[in-house]
Amino acid sequence: MTSAPALEVERVSHAFGARKALDDVSLVAPSGAFTALLGQNGAGKTTLFSLVTRLYQNASGAIRVEGFDVRRTPSQALARLGVVFQARTLDLELTVMQNLQYHAALHGIGGREARGRARALLERFGLADRAGERVRSLSGGQMRRVEIARALLHGPSLLLLDEPTVGLDIGSRRALLAETRRLIAEDGVGVLWATHLVDEIEAADGVVALHQGRVAFSGDVAGLKAQGGADDVGAAFLALVEPGASRGHAA
Amino acid sequence: MSRTAAPRALTLRGYAISLWGVVWREGLRFVHQRGRFLSALVRPLVWLFIFAAGFRATLGVSIIPPYETYVLYEVYIAPGLIAMIQLFNGLQSSLSMVYDREVGAMRILLVSPYPRWHLLVAKLLAGVAVSLLQVYAFLLVAWFWEVRPDSSWGYLTVLPALVLSGLMLGAMGLAMSSLFKQLENFASVMNFVIFPMFFASSALYPLWRVQQSSVLLYDICRFNPFTHAVELIRFALYGQVEWTSLAVVAGFAAASLIAAVIAYDPSAGLTARRGGPGGAR
Repeated sequence: MTSAPALEVERVSHAFGARKALDDVSLVAPSGAFTALLGQNGAGKTTLFSLVTRLYQNASGAIRVEGFDVRRTPSQALARLGVVFQARTLDLELTVMQNLQYHAALHGIGGREARGRARALLERFGLADRAGERVRSLSGGQMRRVEIARALLHGPSLLLLDEPTVGLDIGSRRALLAETRRLIAEDGVGVLWATHLVDEIEAADGVVALHQGRVAFSGDVAGLKAQGGADDVGAAFLALVEPGASRGHAA
Repeated sequence: MSRTAAPRALTLRGYAISLWGVVWREGLRFVHQRGRFLSALVRPLVWLFIFAAGFRATLGVSIIPPYETYVLYEVYIAPGLIAMIQLFNGLQSSLSMVYDREVGAMRILLVSPYPRWHLLVAKLLAGVAVSLLQVYAFLLVAWFWEVRPDSSWGYLTVLPALVLSGLMLGAMGLAMSSLFKQLENFASVMNFVIFPMFFASSALYPLWRVQQSSVLLYDICRFNPFTHAVELIRFALYGQVEWTSLAVVAGFAAASLIAAVIAYDPSAGLTARRGGPGGAR
């Protein structure tokens, strides 16, 4: 086990033309912990994810996955990273197993080992009997679970999830959260969970609040409540990002 | 249960596995898209059965290399139609890149720890593999229509030419795909690219005929890389190498591939400028 945190973002700024999407953002997602990246739409969450996943390069600052710089050692960084994008990224016409095998191959895992890993993960997510079915026939919640299983295939130490519960019903949302928290407890992965839904955050979680490309708060839930001067996370968050807004409303 | 990490070092075996994975997925997708296969096959067959038959009488083709006797017009345009299959396929797989990027599958490809150039080459080879299936299906139908090379060896000797021309047309499409963000844009580009390239080439008429009517058009045809893809295939079908075309096709393939790798490079590339929400700038 290394001592480096699962994810370390240090003074990252990024601009699209004249518009600054991220402005001097620093945050840490420790290993074996749930860190919520809280922000409203357009706060910069997806831009941050794009930079961590190296879709484009960070213009300034540094991003490290388990100590490996995304820019200087991209292969090592990406090998330690599992990601669930906001948009669904499964091949609908292919079976669950074929989707997982494709992803394993992209990480250099082939043949029997790939199938073995895929089966173990599907078992774990309660999808073992769906392995041979086309993804198209799955429900939204099941697809998300397949995507998480896929992100875990190569045994990453950091799991990024970009608003994974969008479009899911309450039951699927709860199940997905519970499964993710179980992963943290059992495997010690670090999770960065982007969301705008404050009820997904628990008392023990780390919270990073992003607003208009800047870090508005970084710390634990108690600290967020204290700084926002409110009893619930939603009100505290709103108080931080929109000081003039009425209190008591959940984001 | 605890997680088992993947091998962290990029091994040669890993390169091979990831390459195979990309080709395998493209093949599976192709099998599921029967409509795509059918239209890829029907398009050149319409040209062969209807267009060529109609123009057989009008367009006389004199004896020009590699042909040693008078050939039917159908025989003359077959290499052009093969190249057309590959042109469509090359642009269609780039279209799928644009589409992929929108639904996010491209992002899954690009978070692989293997280098970008390797992933793009893998994607390219996958497209070439699919185009080979289409071309040989076409050649099979053409055989029944008695459009055949003078020796059956032609089916084998044409293979390396097909791989190279497939690479060139695919790389060209790949380089272009990085420039277009929206499918609508790309569709119009297909019209602006496919038709001029196809018609201003030696696919449908020998260049000496073009020269008779317009010297300018003749020059355009000569500098059109598609002409060289067609000629490379035409000579290879007869077991011969057209060296100029080989050089042009190889050179243009390399140049397009380099352009595509640069375009998809996260720091120097266009994705950095174009990737922003709302497509800023």
